[in-house]
Amino acid sequence: MLEGLIATLIANGWVAVLLAYAAGSMGSILCLRTASLGRLLSTGFGVAGGLLQVWVSLATILEGNTVSWAVPSGVPFLDIGLRLDPLSAIFTLALGAVAIAVSVYSFGYTSALTAGRSAILGFFFNLELLSLSLVFTASNAFFFLIAWEVMALSAYCLVSFEHHREATRDAGILFFVMSHVGTGFLIAGFLVLHSMTGSFEFANFHVTPAPLQYGALFSLFLLGFGVKAGIVPLHIWLPAAHPVAPSNVSALMSGIVVKTGIYGLLRVYFDFLGKPPQWAALVILAVGVSSGLLGVLYALIEKDLKRLLAYSTIENVGIILMGMGASLFFSSISKPGLAALALAGALAHIVNHAMFKTLLFLGAGSVLHGTGTRDMERMGGLLRRMPATAILFLIGAVAISGFPPLNGFVSEWFTYQALLAGFGSTPSLTKLVFPVAGALLALTGALAATAFVKAFGISFLALPRSSESEHAHESHWTMLVGMAIPALSCVALGVGATWLLPALDSVTAQLLGVRSSASFVTSHGLVLNSGALHGGTVSIPMIAILLILLSLTAILIGSAGFRRANRRTGPAWDCGLPGLTAENEYTATAFSKPLRMIFAALYQPKREIQQQFDISPYYPKSVLFESEVEQTFESRLYKPLKDKVLERANRLRAIQAGSIHAYLAYIFLTLVALLLFGARP
Amino acid sequence: MSKMLLASIFQLILLLCISPLISGIIKTLKARLQMRRGPGIFQPYRDLNKLLRKQMVIPETASWIFAAAPIMVFATSVLVGLLVPMITAEAPLSLFGGVLAVVYLLGLGRFFLALGGLDAGSSFGGLGSSREMTISALAEPAMMLAIFTVALSASSTNLSEVVRGAIGQSWRFLVPSQMLAFAALFIVLIAETGRIPVDNPATHLELTMIHEAMILEYSGPYLALIEWGAAVKQLILMTLLINIFYPFGLSLEWNAASLAIGCGSYLLKLVILSVLIVLVETTNAKMRLFRVPELLAVAFVLGALALISTFLF
Repeated sequence: MLEGLIATLIANGWVAVLLAYAAGSMGSILCLRTASLGRLLSTGFGVAGGLLQVWVSLATILEGNTVSWAVPSGVPFLDIGLRLDPLSAIFTLALGAVAIAVSVYSFGYTSALTAGRSAILGFFFNLELLSLSLVFTASNAFFFLIAWEVMALSAYCLVSFEHHREATRDAGILFFVMSHVGTGFLIAGFLVLHSMTGSFEFANFHVTPAPLQYGALFSLFLLGFGVKAGIVPLHIWLPAAHPVAPSNVSALMSGIVVKTGIYGLLRVYFDFLGKPPQWAALVILAVGVSSGLLGVLYALIEKDLKRLLAYSTIENVGIILMGMGASLFFSSISKPGLAALALAGALAHIVNHAMFKTLLFLGAGSVLHGTGTRDMERMGGLLRRMPATAILFLIGAVAISGFPPLNGFVSEWFTYQALLAGFGSTPSLTKLVFPVAGALLALTGALAATAFVKAFGISFLALPRSSESEHAHESHWTMLVGMAIPALSCVALGVGATWLLPALDSVTAQLLGVRSSASFVTSHGLVLNSGALHGGTVSIPMIAILLILLSLTAILIGSAGFRRANRRTGPAWDCGLPGLTAENEYTATAFSKPLRMIFAALYQPKREIQQQFDISPYYPKSVLFESEVEQTFESRLYKPLKDKVLERANRLRAIQAGSIHAYLAYIFLTLVALLLFGARP
Repeated sequence: MSKMLLASIFQLILLLCISPLISGIIKTLKARLQMRRGPGIFQPYRDLNKLLRKQMVIPETASWIFAAAPIMVFATSVLVGLLVPMITAEAPLSLFGGVLAVVYLLGLGRFFLALGGLDAGSSFGGLGSSREMTISALAEPAMMLAIFTVALSASSTNLSEVVRGAIGQSWRFLVPSQMLAFAALFIVLIAETGRIPVDNPATHLELTMIHEAMILEYSGPYLALIEWGAAVKQLILMTLLINIFYPFGLSLEWNAASLAIGCGSYLLKLVILSVLIVLVETTNAKMRLFRVPELLAVAFVLGALALISTFLF
């Protein structure tokens, strides 16, 4: 009785979510002339939809039940089938939270746009939210692909929003092409599944494929969803598209759109396909490690703040995939308890990354708003000019670097524990893979911390490096509120992890058939426990409390100096030269110089120095310094591929003769071929 | 609960009191080995006392980050100190965090210190921050591999579990994997505490500084907190090294006799490790910055070999 009631409530709530986003979209475009009303409608419906979505998703996860509907459309194969199960709900939960934050933020962020432009942005933004909600809940392949396409196309329109810039148009086209190559693989994958099951319903896709079939399905879906997830080497659209999009869009793209790829991989590998073979799990693990490491290495040398964040998204997708790969491995050797541990790490990181990456992109947007530049070499000193943005960005930077007591630490801790448990799980030589993966995760994490010291330190600290930063201004309060929501989530998901993790139970129960959160939490909910053998324990709330207490102790110890007003301000050490200016500061390029030299094999840095001098080369009059890093994947992998495709396409032009007879002949031949194909015994 | 509180306070006092002493012992030993008289082993206490009373000069360009960094460095180091078993096999707060919490909390302190270095806006601070972050990032995987090797044989990341596992097998340190892991972790110790051949703690020569460049703008009580925090961090890393690999004398229960034995053997082991550090510092020259990654790569390979040999032996 009660369950039935809740199911009805969830179903109606979900429809209301979809209607809210649709209303936001339509309301925005209908108010082409009155900007403020359009923005209000877009934000209002976005927030309402997001709140409702968070509630519906939480209800689904906590109840652990599945609600599904189907509306026949009359078109063959195409039922409008929706299904909200715990796996979908984890993603829609993150989507709802991001939708609230970004919608609030957009109200202030779009205020500078003209009425028509902000209406268009609001239209596509809410359409994107709607299609994302559908992607996560579509329950048959046809409807899923339609939602997927609407999502990709509205994302394309959002990325190309500032289309008067050439770089934006190029990035948009790159995204468009990559996205459709991915969709091609997905269609192929679903057709293979259809040929095995004779159905397009997700519910019928639970198959146990033969090894060769598994290989085919595994690689088709890895390529198809991998493009969206931004795994290396399919990632190149991500650092191109995210920076040029408006920042509220970048936040949604990095926070959620990228996660649709992860959702697809989880859905196929854990839900559809039966027990995975070991090699598949190890492939995912290897892809995760390499995406993580390469993503962060490229993030390190970026001086464009938003590109840095985009590369860091690739890194975090890598960390998620590491947890996923470990989980697949444990399923393959029938250790569901460990698989649940690894999956919990991956799922937690999905939600956590959605929070801090949204926060950081919104922060970067606020900086862009205040200074007009994305180039860190032109920033500096923003902490004094934009104090609220600075502290919110700092919270995001600490969280993404995986430091306790914020949320990044929780999911990385689980991933480490899963990798360590992997060593004891099997007697074969494979077990050595796990600690090595763990060590590389440590390298990735430490490099990420370096990248975010750079992102925060160069942008916000010391002196402004340009007049734009000199005259930067703090953002509108709605933008700050929009950032405060994910910032508070980062703290709550960190400190409150022990109370929130049991929510993952229903997902692990659905995908792996075990509920293990009870073993994750001990000592009255204060301590996280990895549950593996002796495992490890950590208590984030206690660490938070002790950090505060010890900071107070430190202040007490130092108070001799603080109290007696025994301090004065003076100039920083300038080597005796008069006055320190912004030119003396370390730059973003200089900060990453040691790592650029150490990983020169990857970056292939080139530099050119031109000096002009009168008498002695030791006293140059002017110096021109240019430094460039090779985009290895773009130049070594994609450029030859692109050239080859264009060359072939040029040759194919021969059949496009422009004569109507030729075209009629093509049609006739195609018809005959199809008839023969259809008539075959 | 009260036992935990008592143990925490005891270890807290021990940490804060012994850490400057170890710095002093290392300095004096180094001086003696180089035919100098040296400042005496109690000099760091006098330095701290002096710094805590001195006037501070805060750079005009600095923000609140500059003030937050020393406090964070001190708080994270001391907190980590409570997670590590020092003289008892059971660390006071080992339930609240294991190896991973240790590494990431130290990382949090370093994160803020590097920001503090950038905050003043001078080239030196940026230079120091950049180098410190780079070297610690490269040291991290070697450290993790070495610790994993030990953690795996105890199948726990909880340090007290690891140490208890080691106590059971008193000749374990002769096993190849343990020796290799010790060597890897020793290199990491040298790199993380900024000692020769990675960094020279005594230098203020502009181009070779790493840690000292980063904290160049700090003075007075802030500098005292950073120095004290650094001393505590050094003590923690040394403690990890001696107690994980050579857990002799660690007391398993709380009574005066075993605590006394614990204290005595702990100090003895610390002095022996200090001698080892001094020998390395005296017999080596500082490396060029871009040779340091090679040293850390050696540590990584040693860690990897340690791991492989746990599989073989």
